[in-house]
Amino acid sequence: MKILVCLKQVPDTETKIKVAGDGKSLDPTDVKWITSPYDEYALEEGLRLKESAGAEVTVATVGDDKAKDVLRNAFALGADHAVLIKGDGQGDTLATASILAGFAKDKGFDLVLSGNKGLGGDNSAVGPMLAELLGYAQANVVVKLEITDGKFRAEREIEGGTEVVEGSLPAVVTAQKGLNEPRYASLKGIMAAKKKTIEETEVAGHAPATGTLAMTLPAARAEGRKLEGDAASQAKALMDALKNEAKVF
Amino acid sequence: MILVFCELKDGKLRKPSAEALSEGRRLADASGQQLGALTVGASADGAADAAKYGADSILTCVAPSLASYSSDAFAAAIASAAKAKGATIVLGAATAMGKDALPRAAARLDAGYAGDVTGLSMEGGKLQAQRPVYAGKAFATTGFTSAVQVATTRPNVFAATEKTGPGAMESVEAPAGDFKAIVKEILAKGGGKVDLTEANVIVAGGRGLKSGENFKILEELADALGGVVGASRAAVDAGWGLSHGIQVGQTGKVVSPTLYIAAGISGAIQHLAGMSSSKYIVAINKDPDAPIFKIADYGIVGDLFEVVPELTKAAKAMGIGAHH
Ligand SMILES: Cc1cc2nc3c(=O)[nH]c(=O)nc-3n(C[C@H](O)[C@H](O)[C@H](O)COP(=O)(O)OP(=O)(O)OC[C@H]3O[C@@H](n4cnc5c(N)ncnc54)[C@H](O)[C@@H]3O)c2cc1C
Ligand SMILES: Cc1cc2nc3c(=O)[nH]c(=O)nc-3n(C[C@H](O)[C@H](O)[C@H](O)COP(=O)(O)OP(=O)(O)OC[C@H]3O[C@@H](n4cnc5c(N)ncnc54)[C@H](O)[C@@H]3O)c2cc1C
Repeated sequence: MKILVCLKQVPDTETKIKVAGDGKSLDPTDVKWITSPYDEYALEEGLRLKESAGAEVTVATVGDDKAKDVLRNAFALGADHAVLIKGDGQGDTLATASILAGFAKDKGFDLVLSGNKGLGGDNSAVGPMLAELLGYAQANVVVKLEITDGKFRAEREIEGGTEVVEGSLPAVVTAQKGLNEPRYASLKGIMAAKKKTIEETEVAGHAPATGTLAMTLPAARAEGRKLEGDAASQAKALMDALKNEAKVF
Repeated sequence: MILVFCELKDGKLRKPSAEALSEGRRLADASGQQLGALTVGASADGAADAAKYGADSILTCVAPSLASYSSDAFAAAIASAAKAKGATIVLGAATAMGKDALPRAAARLDAGYAGDVTGLSMEGGKLQAQRPVYAGKAFATTGFTSAVQVATTRPNVFAATEKTGPGAMESVEAPAGDFKAIVKEILAKGGGKVDLTEANVIVAGGRGLKSGENFKILEELADALGGVVGASRAAVDAGWGLSHGIQVGQTGKVVSPTLYIAAGISGAIQHLAGMSSSKYIVAINKDPDAPIFKIADYGIVGDLFEVVPELTKAAKAMGIGAHH
């Protein structure tokens, strides 16, 4: 089985977002970059299939030289091949999906794994778009995956529960927290990763169909008031305020 | 035409779809366009509800093979209806189904996509979307260059406003052929309660709850207020048997209820990202310096094990939540 795992490099979740001078992009000063958290579950699932079913795992990212860090990290965890597809990693979802599709087509991947959401853009769109462009089945926001005889059974999160999606490979599966517990890189893995070669390529894709026109920070929430007294009077004061002041009820 | 993909459940239009339709009506009025509603399934029971929210026409795509949800079949149905009607804007709710089918339909339509939007407007004949990005730490305005523009609306943000439209029913062609993936069964775990993203009231607990059993006091408060229970990541990861489906935050659900009560939650940046757009925030914490108080409208410094049961008592005494 041949597996492709799509990895996106994103600002660390601790990042305090600052808007750059252009009024529409992230000010990169002091930003630490990480692999998008959901992509870690995708990679872990690929590595488990490598161990249990002898799959071959290729990781790819659309981005610049800096994005090599996520590929290097994936090597340390056990990926077989890593590819930097040079391009604008922040282009748009259709452009990104079409670049990934252009890379993946003709390579015979049975399974493409990605995160269900890339932190930052937060569109949750690249997976399903990629499935459409490749003509693959899809299962999105998956918390459990089984693969047998070229077929998949995936449990995916829906409102108030999960639903079971079944289909045949090839497929795109997007990972949700709960799918597995990602491993940490071993020192040996990190050393070995240094010797592995990151392939670099360029792939033509769809022109972006959207653009970010502006980015703003939410108005700061004012600190409200603290309710005084013992637990019973605090409780009464709160319910009173919610009902008569905030008119929540 | 502005086409809105509408979900039906138990013979009724789902509320997030009614919200998307209402927003579609507003945009159609602003730009002098027709509003079409599209339903897909083995039956169109409940599709007529779309007229209540201003649909000029109601397109029904009905076939026995569409009884269970299939990403590729539903995406194909949406794209083909959009093409047949020459729709330039395609909307749907950012629900589990909407977020699954609409990006796929967008790729089929060569269309740009904006996911989970909280505001829409027409500027110079094109759609513009406001979206929370970086999990709510910032807002972006997305513009489109493609001919067809696709967006999903975040549940609970847009008002579902009744405004009767003609609602002329018309059936459209169903996708043919083998579906690549299909839903086989639904494993419900939520006990029929509404999802966090659709809830008006959320009572969330963190590591301060100390055990899974203790979440019972939050459930009692949530029940009294007509709400549902959420949790911080520390609580979900503590091995207390909580489902990660109730995690709120940057790597969980991003929610915007009318009321969010955080008990025993410190207010880490990743948690705040998921709930700071709530209308009213209440924090209950024994540490007066907990960061959660900085964004709370009402703060209670105290022991949650004393305060939460008192809140339930007070809510019941005042008959609060009775109308929910
Ligand atoms: C502030 C801001 C607002 C944006 N708004 C929009 C918008 O409204 N519409 C739009 O189309 N684009 C938008 N973008 C661009 C978009 O974020 C990027 O194109 C990004 O590469 C994919 O989007 P995502 O993170 O939202 O992807 P998602 O669809 O959420 O990502 C899902 C998964 O796809 C894979 N993936 C995503 N990007 C890459 C990559 N570069 N390389 C490899 N795998 C990848 C990862 O596995 C990821 O987990 C925006 C970007 C920013 C910074
Ligand atoms: C990549 C990444 C993603 C993350 N994503 C998320 C996410 O999506 N959601 C999320 O929530 N976190 C997320 N986190 C974790 C986040 O950084 C915090 O660790 C977490 O939110 C802390 O949870 P907590 O507030 O419940 O616990 P703590 O920070 O331990 O806070 C417990 C609070 O309970 C109070 N308390 C204790 N006992 C009582 C009592 N008897 N009465 C009243 N108060 C009491 C304490 O004063 C304290 O303030 C993420 C972290 C990373 C690195």
